[in-house]
This record gives sequence, structure tokens and C-alpha cells, in this order.
Amino acid sequence: MPDATATPAVALSGIRKSYGPLEVLHGVSLEAREGEVISILGSSGSGKSTLLRCINMLEVPNGGSVAIQGEAIALDQTPGRTPRPRDNAQVNRLRAKAAMVFQSFNLWSHLTILENLIEAPVHVQKRNRKDCLAEAVALLDRVGIADKRNSYPAHLSGGQQQRAAIARALAMRPSIMLFDEPTSALDPELVGEVLKVMRDLAAEGRTMLIVTHEMAFARDVSTRTIFLHKGRIEEEGPPSEVFSNPRSERFSQFISRENT
Amino acid sequence: MPFDLPFLAESFAALLRGIPLTLQLAALSVIAGGFLAFALAFMRISGKWWLDAPAQFYIFVFRGTPLLVQIYIIYYGLSQFPMLRHSLLWPFLREAYWCAVLALAFNTAAYSAEIIRGGLLSVPAGQIEAARACGMSGHLLFRRIVMPLALRQMLPGYSNEIILMVKSTALASTITLLEITGIAAKLISVSYRTVEVFVCAGAIYLAINFLVARLFAWLEYTVSPETRRPEEHHA
Repeated sequence: MPDATATPAVALSGIRKSYGPLEVLHGVSLEAREGEVISILGSSGSGKSTLLRCINMLEVPNGGSVAIQGEAIALDQTPGRTPRPRDNAQVNRLRAKAAMVFQSFNLWSHLTILENLIEAPVHVQKRNRKDCLAEAVALLDRVGIADKRNSYPAHLSGGQQQRAAIARALAMRPSIMLFDEPTSALDPELVGEVLKVMRDLAAEGRTMLIVTHEMAFARDVSTRTIFLHKGRIEEEGPPSEVFSNPRSERFSQFISRENT
Repeated sequence: MPFDLPFLAESFAALLRGIPLTLQLAALSVIAGGFLAFALAFMRISGKWWLDAPAQFYIFVFRGTPLLVQIYIIYYGLSQFPMLRHSLLWPFLREAYWCAVLALAFNTAAYSAEIIRGGLLSVPAGQIEAARACGMSGHLLFRRIVMPLALRQMLPGYSNEIILMVKSTALASTITLLEITGIAAKLISVSYRTVEVFVCAGAIYLAINFLVARLFAWLEYTVSPETRRPEEHHA
């Protein structure tokens, strides 16, 4: 069970993000405790991906703060200027702790699957190449594509590529996993194999934040569900409660629409 | 026209002596121009107008004027400036050889910069983002991810540029240099047998560029194993 008193794995406080005059996040606060699996739902344009990307500074918030395992990311948020991190080395270090899986996989097309997995561990984390290779093979075995280790991404199916991308994220030994619509680019028959891998990770007690459209998955696997609407948290709670008993009108509309 | 085999052989042998100079001019200008091209490409994609604008202007000028005119301006024009004549560069700039290298390098830099820029822009944003999300940035990101991916896009266009450069060295003959075309012109002025001599010269350029094309085909094959059929690299 997540420990409520411990330092949160991720702490977002009052996150605001704008693109020019358009503000897409209006001060969102969210804490993920160690071992929590949080599903972030919302229609397109609700700001859910932007929120996730603020955690690892792929988007730098204009206001508010982000802390990973208690370490606050130093930000320059001078009004009127593009916000940016003060210390790129800190950001790079924290990014390796909060690994991300993308909607479009984003495997490096010039590297084999195995090379994709050891790239960051060897070159960013400076770990021993041999150990990394052994660990990478074990990870690929776990996600069921050990036989593809010497293939290039282009020769894999979408589901296999996404499983490889999950293994690549795991190869950095992250304490937090961020999933940005990991099944949205997949053919329907390939979604299951990716969700299965994610289910296994959740069962291990990993801290996961998942932006998704998979309602059934969110309901079964997550410990908490967040529903974003127009840049604000509209509904929040354990899936058993929010799905059967939504407090917000918009969320109940959202789930009834998604279920039809 | 009588088919004079001994004359052909003689001309061919004479022209072969121009190959080292042709290759030198091409190689030196491609190397120097390559460095300049990288600088220009980075200026263009820097997102800063005060770097982008001068690079754009440079490319505009050197792509928009004939190489022959550039060679003449550098060879005949620079000596008009007393400041240059008294500078440390003068021992170089008064040599036709270095003027030719300079003009060729300036010219290829303009074209190559656009090829490099195109290659850099072709790298999928998602793959760069994935690298950032893994904690890569700056030099590491460029060396491990951006450059290898950009190179694959750049090579076909760049091989074109190198082939053009090999042929462009012929213009150096107009400022007294005796590379392949320079020797050809000299042979013709003595023998008046234009066709035979130029056919020989053309054949030599063809052979050089055949090798250049093969070299780049091999390079392309080597750096892009992911484009081959899966069976090949499993073996």
C-alpha cells in the first residue's frame, strides 16, 4: 500500500502552462505517492499530455513547481519570458528517474532494439556496458520480444515497438514511469499486449502516471483516477468510486460517451 | 576524322598527370567548405535572426552567382586591395592554386550548408524528444542521435555535391592551373585536335566520379543497416 506519510514520488503544485495567450493548464496540483498508479483521463485538449510532460520538463510550466522524490526542479519563470529550467544537469538527472513512454514509441530508428535499450544507461548513466546488455536482454525477455533484440525498430509491429519502448524506459531503472497515451497509436488487436506489460508493471508496485483513453484499463489497474477538463482537475479519486459514482457532470458524460 | 590511336594514348597519358591537382583542388575545397557549411547550417537553424540572416545572405550570394565569376573575383579582384596585398594572407592569395581552392570552398559551402540543414531538419522530433526524456542533451544528443539520423538523409544529396565539385575544378584551368582541363586546353592549343583531347579528359572525370559515386553508395549502405531487409543483418 502507498505510504501517505513518505515523500511523494511526484509532487506537482499549481502547475500553469500557456502557449502564447492560450493557457492550457490553470494551476493543477497532483501528488503521486510511491507505488501509486495514477490514470489521467480527459478529452483531447484537456491538457492531460501537457501535464504529464511538465513532470519531466518536456514542457516547462509557466507557473507552479515540480518535485521528483522530494527534489524540486529549479525553474526560471520570469513573467513575459519563456520559462526554462535553471540547471540542465539537474533536469537530465531527474529525467532518468522519471522515464517516459510515448504515444508514437519514438524508438531510435538507427539503433537495434538492444542498442536502444542500452543507449541511455551506458551514455547518460555511465553504467558498465556489459551489465547493461545483460539487463537489457532480461528486460526484452520480460516484455516478450527477446528474439527481436538485433532487429531495427522499423521491422517490428507497433505493439512490439511499444513494448520495446517500455523496456527502454525500464532500462534506466527509473523510480517513476510516465506513459503518454501508450496505446493510442496501436491497431486495436495490438493494444492488449502492451496493456498486459503495463499491468505487470503496476502489479510490481511501480509508481506510474498514465495518460490514457483505455477506460477499462484505468478502472482495473490504477489506484487513482484523475479527470482533467479544460486545464483543471474535474474529478479525482479511486477508480472504484469515480467510475461508479462520478461527482462531476462532465466526467459522467465522458465515461458514458467512451463506453458507447 | 582519322582515328589516331597513338595520339589518343599520348594525350591520355598527358592528361593523367593532371589528376593529382584535380583531386587536390576537389579534396581541399570539400574539406574546408564542409567545415564552413556546418557553421552556416548551424547559423541557419539557430533560431536567432542575427545568425540566420548573414548565413542566408552568404548562401544567396554564393548560390546565385556563377562559380567562374567567383573565381575571377577572388583571383583578379583581391589584389586590388592594398590592405590584402600587405597582409599575412598575401603569399597565399596571390597563388592561383589557393584562389581556386578558396573559391571552390566558398561555393560548395553554400550548397552543402543547405544539404546539412535539410538533414538536420529531417530528424524526427519524436526521436529527439525521446533522447531528451532519457536525460540526453547538447553534445551527447547531437553525437549519438541527431547526427547519425541526419547523416542518412544528407548522404545522397552530398554525394551529388561532391561530384559537382570534382567537375567544377575544371574552372580552375581559367586561372592558369594545369589540372586535367588545363592540360587539355594546352594540348589542344598545340594540336588543334579538340575532340580527341576532350573525350580523353571527359573519360578521366567520368572514372573519378564513378569512384566517388561508388564510395558514397557504400557509405550509405554502411551507415543505414536499418534500411536493409531484416534477413541480412540477422545472418
